[in-house]
Amino acid sequence: MRKTYVIRSKGERFSFLIERRAVLVITALMLLVLICAVVGTSIGSDFISPLQVLWTILGLNEGQHDFVVLTLRLPRVLLSLLVGAALGMSGAILQGIIRNPLASPDVIGITGGAAVAAVGFVTLLGGALSIKLLPAFAVIGALVTSLIIYALAWKSGVTPIRLVLIGIGVSSITGAGTTFMLILSPFYSAGQAYIWLTGSVYGAAWREVYTILPVILLVLPLSLWFARSINAQAFGDDLAAGLGVAVQRERVGLLLCSVLLAGFAVSVAGTLGFVGLIAPHIARRLVGNLFGSLLLASAPIGALLVCGADLIGRTAFLPLDVPAGVFTAGIGAPFFLYLLFRNRNQF
Amino acid sequence: MLPLLRDKSKIWGLAALFALLLIASAASLMLGRTEITFSTAVEAFRNYNEESIEHIVLHTERLPRTVIAGVVGAALAVAGALMQALTRNPLASPSVFGINAGAIFFIVLSIVVLSVSSLSTMMWFGFAGAALAALIVYALGSLGRDGITPIKIVLAGTAITALFSSFTQAMLVLNSTGLQDVLFWLAGSVSGRTLEMLYPVLPYMTIAALVALFMGRAINLLLTGEDIAKGMGQNVLLVKLLMGAVVVFLAGGSVAVAGSVGLVGLVVPHVMRALVGNDYRWLIPYSLFGGAVLLLCSDVIARLVILPNELPIGVVTALIGGPFFVYIARKGGAKV
Repeated sequence: MRKTYVIRSKGERFSFLIERRAVLVITALMLLVLICAVVGTSIGSDFISPLQVLWTILGLNEGQHDFVVLTLRLPRVLLSLLVGAALGMSGAILQGIIRNPLASPDVIGITGGAAVAAVGFVTLLGGALSIKLLPAFAVIGALVTSLIIYALAWKSGVTPIRLVLIGIGVSSITGAGTTFMLILSPFYSAGQAYIWLTGSVYGAAWREVYTILPVILLVLPLSLWFARSINAQAFGDDLAAGLGVAVQRERVGLLLCSVLLAGFAVSVAGTLGFVGLIAPHIARRLVGNLFGSLLLASAPIGALLVCGADLIGRTAFLPLDVPAGVFTAGIGAPFFLYLLFRNRNQF
Repeated sequence: MLPLLRDKSKIWGLAALFALLLIASAASLMLGRTEITFSTAVEAFRNYNEESIEHIVLHTERLPRTVIAGVVGAALAVAGALMQALTRNPLASPSVFGINAGAIFFIVLSIVVLSVSSLSTMMWFGFAGAALAALIVYALGSLGRDGITPIKIVLAGTAITALFSSFTQAMLVLNSTGLQDVLFWLAGSVSGRTLEMLYPVLPYMTIAALVALFMGRAINLLLTGEDIAKGMGQNVLLVKLLMGAVVVFLAGGSVAVAGSVGLVGLVVPHVMRALVGNDYRWLIPYSLFGGAVLLLCSDVIARLVILPNELPIGVVTALIGGPFFVYIARKGGAKV
């Protein structure tokens, strides 16, 4: 047995088990995220030293770099971190409940549903309702799509394979729906829409940061609460039920958490592929299989992935701005193939 | 499941399908933003009047897209039928296999990086991309203890599609001139093309289709099982390689002309299989005509739903094919 910490409430209604090693890893990852935030903000078309960035953020720099740092770069860096964290957590939760290493919000079709709802909202209701409602629509779209997929995959129970196959089929429908809406839409030029579909935090503003931040702060403890039992679930539904776990109820709760995270991420950054797939796998390598620490580690890893992808995208090809989604898919798709190869005897 | 048509009525079924093809072609020539009556259409072919707008529309716009839609639909459907036999996978089709995405990436690469402008060179890049994607997906799908399984093929195809699409996106962002045109092409479309775009590809596609038509017996034998086929004296490897080459030429050629038109190759062979059973001597000609009819109808729908604009045809086929994919995935057990 490795060294672990146990956090218990009075009467042991709540307890949380985490390995000491995991605590160290997660702390290190959080530090890395902080460093990445500062360094990411200092790199760009002109370099601003990390110290200057810090002074500017703290308001001690007499407004010298205020515009570049506070208006242009910081919201973008923060948004990329938050979106990555949301996608990483969403993927970790999905892989936990579906118990399939290839599950992720994009493979299952959840992000596709969010995208079609978001684009449909802009196209069909663009003038009528405030743009602030866009995330709500994206989440509803993600929710409805995931329910449809789950229902279609139901045939006296849901097998992971059928769920994934049907998710892929539904993705092709939502993808066509999104293209349909985009062509109807008078607001977007095709190029912009294309970038959004690839997934990009280009032109991020504080409003978007404030949209997604509360969701993460709310859903993180909530999913940890639901996740108490997921380690027991890994033994199989029957054994988990025998251990006193309300399997179906907690599964629905977790699925809702995952959909909320993915839906909000899509509403602010488009469909960034494969982050939800890779982050939990890296996390598993670093902290092992205990779900609580896995979830906590997936968030900073997802954040680092998207932030890194965006950093490369906006600096490597100056003056062009390559969408972060190109890089996440460029790394993610081969990784997916590698996973498929490793699990080749299971399918 | 028993086929709906008995042996003797199969030839009549084929004739009916051919009649349907003629009707669909006529509809494709006549319907659209400018409506053209049947008599005007006939008139335009018999003596072309350069001052009549309808005659010009018919010759420069409707005729090319009708021919291209028919050819591409037929090619994709036959490619799908062959792939389903080759992989024994009911979900196989060029778009699911990532062949479309592979061909598109190679074509965009040839335009952006090597500034290729001749259609026939682009076409060869399309073939190469199609072949590469097909090989990777086939190899990944057949690894492992259980050999080739539907889920592995579909997952590998999805990943390869995502990979090649992201490469394509990067190319297009780095070189955004003409993005608008490329976008419409990427989504799959048969509009705004001239017959000259079809000519370089057509001979290869025709030969491939003819080869496919003559392979019916060999494919039937292969489907009884590789061991039996070998025992009966069939060169299994040769048959498989030939099938693969036919698929690459048909699917790659289609992408070069019309972009990524998804799921035609999935839907048509299944519908036709319900009509004539799994006898590839009949299934291939049925798929040929059925694919042409489906794509012609999809194209007519694509140009009528949001007048005065039009949808990429790929959107229509995905909206038809997506539910069909889900249906087959649910049925699950269905084997070719």
